[in-house]
Amino acid sequence: MLEHRVMPILTIKNNGLYRTVKYRKPKYIGDPINAVKIFNDKEVDELILLDISEDRKWDNEKVKYYREISEEAFMPLCFGGRISRIDHAKRIFDSGFEKVSLNSSAVENPQLISEIANHYGVQSVVVSIDININIFGSARVYTDLGRKRTHLRAIDFAKQAESMGAGELLVTSIQNDGCMCGYNLETIKQVSESVKIPVIANGGAGSFEDLLDGIKKGKAHSVAAGSYFVLNGPHRAVLISCLSSTEVMKITEI
Amino acid sequence: MNKILIADYGMGNLGSIKNMLKRIGAEVEITSSPKAISECKKLILPGVGAFDVAMDKINSSGIGEALNHVRKEGSHILGICLGMQLLTLHSEEGDCEGLGWFNATTVKFNFDGKGLSEDLKIPHMGWNRISINPAFEGKEQVKILQNIPDPKRFYFVHSYRVVASSPDEVLCTTMYGEEFVSGIQKNNTMGVQFHPEKSHKYGMALLTNFLRL
Repeated sequence: MLEHRVMPILTIKNNGLYRTVKYRKPKYIGDPINAVKIFNDKEVDELILLDISEDRKWDNEKVKYYREISEEAFMPLCFGGRISRIDHAKRIFDSGFEKVSLNSSAVENPQLISEIANHYGVQSVVVSIDININIFGSARVYTDLGRKRTHLRAIDFAKQAESMGAGELLVTSIQNDGCMCGYNLETIKQVSESVKIPVIANGGAGSFEDLLDGIKKGKAHSVAAGSYFVLNGPHRAVLISCLSSTEVMKITEI
Repeated sequence: MNKILIADYGMGNLGSIKNMLKRIGAEVEITSSPKAISECKKLILPGVGAFDVAMDKINSSGIGEALNHVRKEGSHILGICLGMQLLTLHSEEGDCEGLGWFNATTVKFNFDGKGLSEDLKIPHMGWNRISINPAFEGKEQVKILQNIPDPKRFYFVHSYRVVASSPDEVLCTTMYGEEFVSGIQKNNTMGVQFHPEKSHKYGMALLTNFLRL
């Protein structure tokens, strides 16, 4: 039967690998291509690359760079970052990626979800939902790298994204980003239970138990993490690591 | 005998397949030329997208004719994903006839009324395992699946599945709600529903086997 997937997320800015805390203070970690090579050698299930550069340009150099990355990866790849038109998605697919992740553009122009899904299939569209919990305890959607608050409730937007043709949802808690203190399980669970498509939990995982909780308690189909796979120890030293084979077995057996 | 052609009829992600073949030391050429295809010894028929669109392109470009020719010449041909489904007689997805090399058809996953406790999603997307047809154990046909580490895991993305009418054409199966045919083989032609090019060492072993046939 279909396995739960565990996916490292690499945050890339100006061709460098960065980690953030609550989507702020980007800290340089190293070379993305090198990291992709390591994750490929460790045979991760899938890899998500999120480009957080401010630059909105879609020049040949950017596309060439992502092609170089995909040539190092023999597993499914997802790219997110400033995809606002279907031809951006096309360039990413042509570069060897299977999926695109839409964030701000999915909120501003939900039609884009359908457009890409109709053309390339629902499995190629991931809608990435960044959330913060407001003072009344309600999960709200944010866009533009977490800087812009919308009035959308997370579960309403999740349902909308599903109905527009999203194949998966990547649900990230901005408040938990980089904290390595665990997912926002309550919100992940609310979203997972409100849609039929797979939900990928993200934001906050700092241990193997956190990943397990994402699936068991958060009811997510798959789990993602950034810091957990690239930082290590109380001083957050850079160390790219992956699950051991025993841990992989434990996830598979859930 | 190190050369593999990838048939380009305008659909699918050919770059990833080329990438992995190059990594295992193959000489690779992506081609849309019926002439090149009709002269090749080893060919991969890839494909992502709709059945009818693919068959239209294959027929109108002359690639279909070239494929039928090399198949009779005994060249090795491997269909991947939609490329496997195109080897069947027809698909529920469209009205076009397939290449019809296998006594099989392509149907959509349908879990309605099967009393499954789990809410299974379509497309079937993600990593899943394959089981080799026990009748093939130790036989020539299984060469394409030899030396693949256990458990044999591959990456799948598809909404349609192949139904084989001849059990001796079934290479391997996979469980998703029900057991379905994830690989077919007959003489020098074969097809796999999963994506070896996106399946790490498992896919690399499979493509290496194909290269060595």
